[in-house]
Amino acid sequence: MRFLTLLRAAQPEGAPSPELMAAIMKLGEEATASGALLDTAGLAPSAAGAKVTLQGGDLTVTDGPFAEAKEVISYAIYDVGSRDEAVEWASRFVKLHRDMWPGWEGEVDVLKVFGPEDFPQ
Amino acid sequence: MQAVEAIWRIESARLIAGLARFVRDVGLAEDLAQDALVAALEQWPRDGVPDAPGPWLMAVAKRKAIDALRRRDSYAQKLILIHREAEPPVDDWDDAIADHLGDDLLRLIFTAAHPALTPDAQKALILRMLCGLSTPEIARAFLVPEATVAQRIVRAKRSLTDVRFEMPTRAETAARTRQVQQVVYLIFNEGYAATAGEDWARPTLCHGAMRLGRLLASLLPDDAETHGLLALMELQASRLAARQDADGEPVPLLEQERHRWDRALIRHGLDALDRAEALGGGPYTLQAMIAACHARAIHAEATDWPRISALYEVLAHVQPGPVVRLNQAVALGFAGDPSRGLRIVDELGDKLPGYPHLHGVRAELLDRLGRGDEARAELDRAASMSRNVAEQRLFRRRADRIKPGR
Repeated sequence: MRFLTLLRAAQPEGAPSPELMAAIMKLGEEATASGALLDTAGLAPSAAGAKVTLQGGDLTVTDGPFAEAKEVISYAIYDVGSRDEAVEWASRFVKLHRDMWPGWEGEVDVLKVFGPEDFPQ
Repeated sequence: MQAVEAIWRIESARLIAGLARFVRDVGLAEDLAQDALVAALEQWPRDGVPDAPGPWLMAVAKRKAIDALRRRDSYAQKLILIHREAEPPVDDWDDAIADHLGDDLLRLIFTAAHPALTPDAQKALILRMLCGLSTPEIARAFLVPEATVAQRIVRAKRSLTDVRFEMPTRAETAARTRQVQQVVYLIFNEGYAATAGEDWARPTLCHGAMRLGRLLASLLPDDAETHGLLALMELQASRLAARQDADGEPVPLLEQERHRWDRALIRHGLDALDRAEALGGGPYTLQAMIAACHARAIHAEATDWPRISALYEVLAHVQPGPVVRLNQAVALGFAGDPSRGLRIVDELGDKLPGYPHLHGVRAELLDRLGRGDEARAELDRAASMSRNVAEQRLFRRRADRIKPGR
């Protein structure tokens, strides 16, 4: 089954250390080699994006940045045997930030992608 | 505790591979890893999951390994053996395990798919040691009793006591790699061939095989066919959800709703195919190239049939076989050359006795040539030969759609 994870955090002060970036790369390689990680990438600040809204029949396009306190920093797609496995990978990812970026705070949404197992025949 | 199970899936292969480096016995390494799992199941629900669960499991297994080695009469001899082979002393385990992880995982795969084992044993061992599946999960996936799988694993581990935990020699490597690929593809096909709907345990096999394929691709990045196999499995698996309709009836490829195909798997599979082609390819790669022709076609009518029939022509030379020829005949029919397709089918003669699809293909080609009555007769034969009820209905449905012959 497949999970989409979205990392949200306040737009960080400064850049992550090279050590953290190296550790993130290594974890990514590990997750890819084990067959769990299908895809991942970092996302540019929402200032580079836009929002398309439909409200009361009106369609509006608003340029970024969005007003939310937290920005979506990156996404990943995992192909795993259970939700717990996706949660475990997400936890490892967050632990790297805890251990190598003092004061960093953020959250990961672990979202299930609908699959055949959700529609039992 | 489900978190333990999830961590086990992630860690078990590395744990077993690392342990096997030191105890030099894959069966013992697997037992030790299982002991560590039991310890985790006892302690984690009580004390919480440790911050670094992988190293925790390894530390427990390591202690048990040292105990086990001490208990063995041959402990002293083992030490001598270890030193003679210039392996690091036991204190340096953790570093050595990290440094050699890739090699050890490869050795573990080669050992689990060792030619001394039966194919059933190879499949069970690989799923257990490399995918972290439990005996009940493996039994459910293969639709056999748990006791059968347990016995296969015990016997397999016993056969492996005489097998050294080492890489095949340079001369053997190619053949042994093919063997590993074959076992992985067998696991995949056992899951894929099962008519979905009967039991969702079967996708466990497809999923497990794809994960193995990705692991292999990371361990053997220069082997074209490893990437080709991965591409083939992912491209085929991308169609899993579309292969049956709401009533559980099989849907032929060309009638499938393509929006139900799994785009993420297709993209991943096409990436793997690019790597395979760049490295030279082989039979798996050719089959993946054929699967890619379907994956790339927005709708059935957009399929590049001339390319597919050309690829089958090449495949028939690399990996000769009647089913490949039969598929080529199908492609020729679609590519606008049904008479050549029919000649190929007729050349097969009795090479595929009792194979209903041969008659299904013959019917398709005859129909294209305007010989509807003969086509219907072939479909009747196909239906009466098939042992699968859903497939019989499919043949009969096709027969009903054929216009009378001219």
